[in-house]
Amino acid sequence: MSAALPLTKADFQSDQETRWCPGCGDYSVLASIQGFMPELGIPPERIVFVTGIGCAGRFAYYMNTYGMHAIHGRAPTIATGLAAARDDLSVWIVSGDGDALSIGANHLVHALRRNIPVKILLFNNRIYGLTKGQASPTSEFGKVTKSTPTGSIDPPLDALSLALGAGATFVARAVDRDKQGLAEVLRAAAEHRGAAFVEILQDCPVFNDGAFDHLTEKDPAAVNRIPLIDGAPIRFGVDHEMGVIRDDDGKPAYVFCVNVDRTAFDEASRLLAAFAAPVVGQPRVLFEHDWSETLNEVVAGYVRERGRPAERLSRDDRLEVLGRLDAAGVLSQRRSVPAVARVLGVSRSALYQLLAQTRKETHADPA
Amino acid sequence: MATTEFPALEDTVSAPNGAAKVERRERVIVRFAGDSGDGMQLAGGRFTDATAFFGNDLATLPSFPAEIRAPAGSLAGVSSFQIHFAARDIATPGDAPNVLVAMNPAALKANVGQLEKGATIIVNEDAFSTRNLQKAGYEDSPLDDDSLDAFQVKRVPMTTLVTRALEGVDGATSRDAQRARNLFALGVLSWLYERPTDVTERWIEQKFAKQPHIREVNLTAFRAGWNFGETSELIDVRYEVPPAKDVPPGVYRNVNGTTTTALGLVAASIRSGLPLVLAAYPITPASELLHDLATRRAAGVRTIQAEDEIAAAGIALGAAFGGGLGVTATSGPGLDLKTETIGLAVALELPLVIVDVQRAGPSTGMPTKTEQSDLFAALYGRHGESPVPIVAASTPGQCFDAAYEAVRIAVRYRPPVILLTDLFLANSSEPWRIPDAASLAPIDPTFAKPPSNGGRFQPYARNGDGARPWALPGTPGLAHRIGGLEKQDVTGEISYDPANHARMTELRDAKVAGIEVPDVVVDHEDGAEVLVLGWGSSAGALRAGVRRVRDGGRKVARAHLHHLNPLPANLGEVLRAYRKVLLPEMNSGQLARVLRAEYLVDVTSYTRVEGRPLLAGEIEQAILELL
Repeated sequence: MSAALPLTKADFQSDQETRWCPGCGDYSVLASIQGFMPELGIPPERIVFVTGIGCAGRFAYYMNTYGMHAIHGRAPTIATGLAAARDDLSVWIVSGDGDALSIGANHLVHALRRNIPVKILLFNNRIYGLTKGQASPTSEFGKVTKSTPTGSIDPPLDALSLALGAGATFVARAVDRDKQGLAEVLRAAAEHRGAAFVEILQDCPVFNDGAFDHLTEKDPAAVNRIPLIDGAPIRFGVDHEMGVIRDDDGKPAYVFCVNVDRTAFDEASRLLAAFAAPVVGQPRVLFEHDWSETLNEVVAGYVRERGRPAERLSRDDRLEVLGRLDAAGVLSQRRSVPAVARVLGVSRSALYQLLAQTRKETHADPA
Repeated sequence: MATTEFPALEDTVSAPNGAAKVERRERVIVRFAGDSGDGMQLAGGRFTDATAFFGNDLATLPSFPAEIRAPAGSLAGVSSFQIHFAARDIATPGDAPNVLVAMNPAALKANVGQLEKGATIIVNEDAFSTRNLQKAGYEDSPLDDDSLDAFQVKRVPMTTLVTRALEGVDGATSRDAQRARNLFALGVLSWLYERPTDVTERWIEQKFAKQPHIREVNLTAFRAGWNFGETSELIDVRYEVPPAKDVPPGVYRNVNGTTTTALGLVAASIRSGLPLVLAAYPITPASELLHDLATRRAAGVRTIQAEDEIAAAGIALGAAFGGGLGVTATSGPGLDLKTETIGLAVALELPLVIVDVQRAGPSTGMPTKTEQSDLFAALYGRHGESPVPIVAASTPGQCFDAAYEAVRIAVRYRPPVILLTDLFLANSSEPWRIPDAASLAPIDPTFAKPPSNGGRFQPYARNGDGARPWALPGTPGLAHRIGGLEKQDVTGEISYDPANHARMTELRDAKVAGIEVPDVVVDHEDGAEVLVLGWGSSAGALRAGVRRVRDGGRKVARAHLHHLNPLPANLGEVLRAYRKVLLPEMNSGQLARVLRAEYLVDVTSYTRVEGRPLLAGEIEQAILELL
């Protein structure tokens, strides 16, 4: 890092006048991002914001970094090309529910499945704001808007389920007015090495005011918002009096609560299901453990080191790679063994034999 | 691919082997035709390489159905490969074949109408079964009636002969015999035209090095075909087409336009120091370019198969933003999908190269047939005032120069550039003289440097070429925001000011209009009053047509355009210097309309939209009608 550090929030504020509507949730998200960016220790010129069209699209102009305000839905394609040409940049996409989930849904899916090293922030206000109030793909069923005067007949799309279905390696959700929660999620996203997907529920005071009040107003939020914190038991309610109780198999089975609206149960169970909850007593992480990225890094690193392609590795090479993967914890992850076997070009049984030998050698040589 | 040095020529040519009489020919057109599963493209390709190695000038025209496997034996399933080779410089794959190899009745029926009178037809007699005849729509076998009396028909029981030859190969099956018939036919043709056999045999040995059985089957079939020509008295004349003499010395390689386009892009990437990032979505016929470049990782090329055409354009543009050479390749329908991104590139003023391998439209049209009907789409296919430079390739070899030129313009002036090739150029091959790397024009990307006085960076300030700075993310002091919204001149701030929009429109237009392109060169003859003007892949047909007119003692001038936007500065003057201007195009007269609008010149259009290249004969006729 250059001597000019440490950076401050001001280093990330551009001289452009922000032109969102008064009270727009985008302001608080912008402030959060500008506020936490200095922590990354990345100079502003190595950061690029690529945005699509919609209110969120203007985000690029307000960051004092490199930026491109692209076309509707296509920000992931531009960011993919940029990341493909340059691995030294920190690339961020800012998109909205119409931009990312409607016109650009295809690109979102493929950026996630390719695990492009980009952070994707989806500002979801469940409405088309810049075009003045049409139903969006996340608008509720029955929503009355200018384009749906008798109520929307389309069920809403769940962004997190879509991202998980696309094989996203980092999926999170935050709320615009929950500054602390938002900052924590963004920090974790920034540290993630592959594609990080963050849905930010954001209020549109003009066309969809109060859409997330149940998650932002103090009392209902305490009941409706269930924070998932790495390693901590799931607790919620005004006095944290409620919690999730698991059965003997570790599956979430009951919510312990007093006098609470049933919808919270449903939401909680849906949310937990969507996160493919681990079968231990506590939520381990906000997102799937990203062992595939580690696998790629270890193998690619070894290939570069030795100048020998993965398909031509000798038995000794394989042992060495396997040792490194084991040390990185990859082999203790679910579903990792077939993937490792494929990369090393050996059968699963051969892999287990190699692994046994590696572990024996490691123990035999305490140095 | 064969790489060969053209040998110095002797006037005497060694006496041929065998007993057959030998006749000398200046040029020959051969067409291989069969079912799409018969391996005609392979047989044609091998014959081409042997011919290139031998030292003839050549041009080829592959033609195949859009279906991967149309019903066997049907007319729809006929695939063909035509090669024109000569002892002199030639311009086209030829109009009417002198020799047709027909592997079944459908192949005969689909092609016989295009043959030269008196042409030789070599048929696989075994395939003329009642069932195959029915499938091709013949009531009686044309081999048994007088319908082919105008031709010399050679009936060769290829399947029987291959089966017999393979009796000596361990484990050979009747299926092997079916599949190796194309190599037998290739053997017969190789004998007939004295092609070197070692080139083909070496290819078979290398190609099937790991499949010894298939290697043996193919070699046996090929040699059986050659020996059949040598020993059978069925074919009593061999033809000698001596190597071309009027070809400049140098190292040549037999290439199609896809390879040269790829090489042109790679050369430009290396010369400019910009890593090539090609993003594409599979589409016929442009996929071949993706396939080719995907094998060139050693040259620093990165290829990405995108999720759709739009993404491919976006990825290329994103790469350009990061300082790469962003290229996307497509064909007609894909160009439609990329238009919005091309418009963004116009506004961003970043270099982007779009390769459009044109095919017959509209819509899906005829994906395996050629056309040059995307000119309007390239010129005007975007909303708003969004001028885009256009370069058009003219021959398979020239695709190299055209691709290089497209990159040069994009990097120097920083607009998106559309390179128009077409299916014919992409698939057709000819000997191409490998250029001397030192002769290639420099391409200097000159990235922006931080302002030396510590002043504010102006992302929309312009240099003498009208280009704005290319400021790479990661450069301290140059952080800036660009986008599709109209920008204030010089500062690049968002601007809705009417006068500024007018000025920016004018600046973008002037930048493209001011691109330096070479003057159009006229192949003039004293006294010529008619100019034949062309663009794109019709170059060969126009050259050959003009040559025929001149051989007939008439005067005519010829010129060919490689830059369609901007047009060469001297073009208006050239057009006005002739009494008549003939403009043949494989569309409904698109360039003719542009020239009429631009220069108020009464251009005479000659148009064909039949999904095939123009023929020298029809051009000759069109010229004669104007003289």
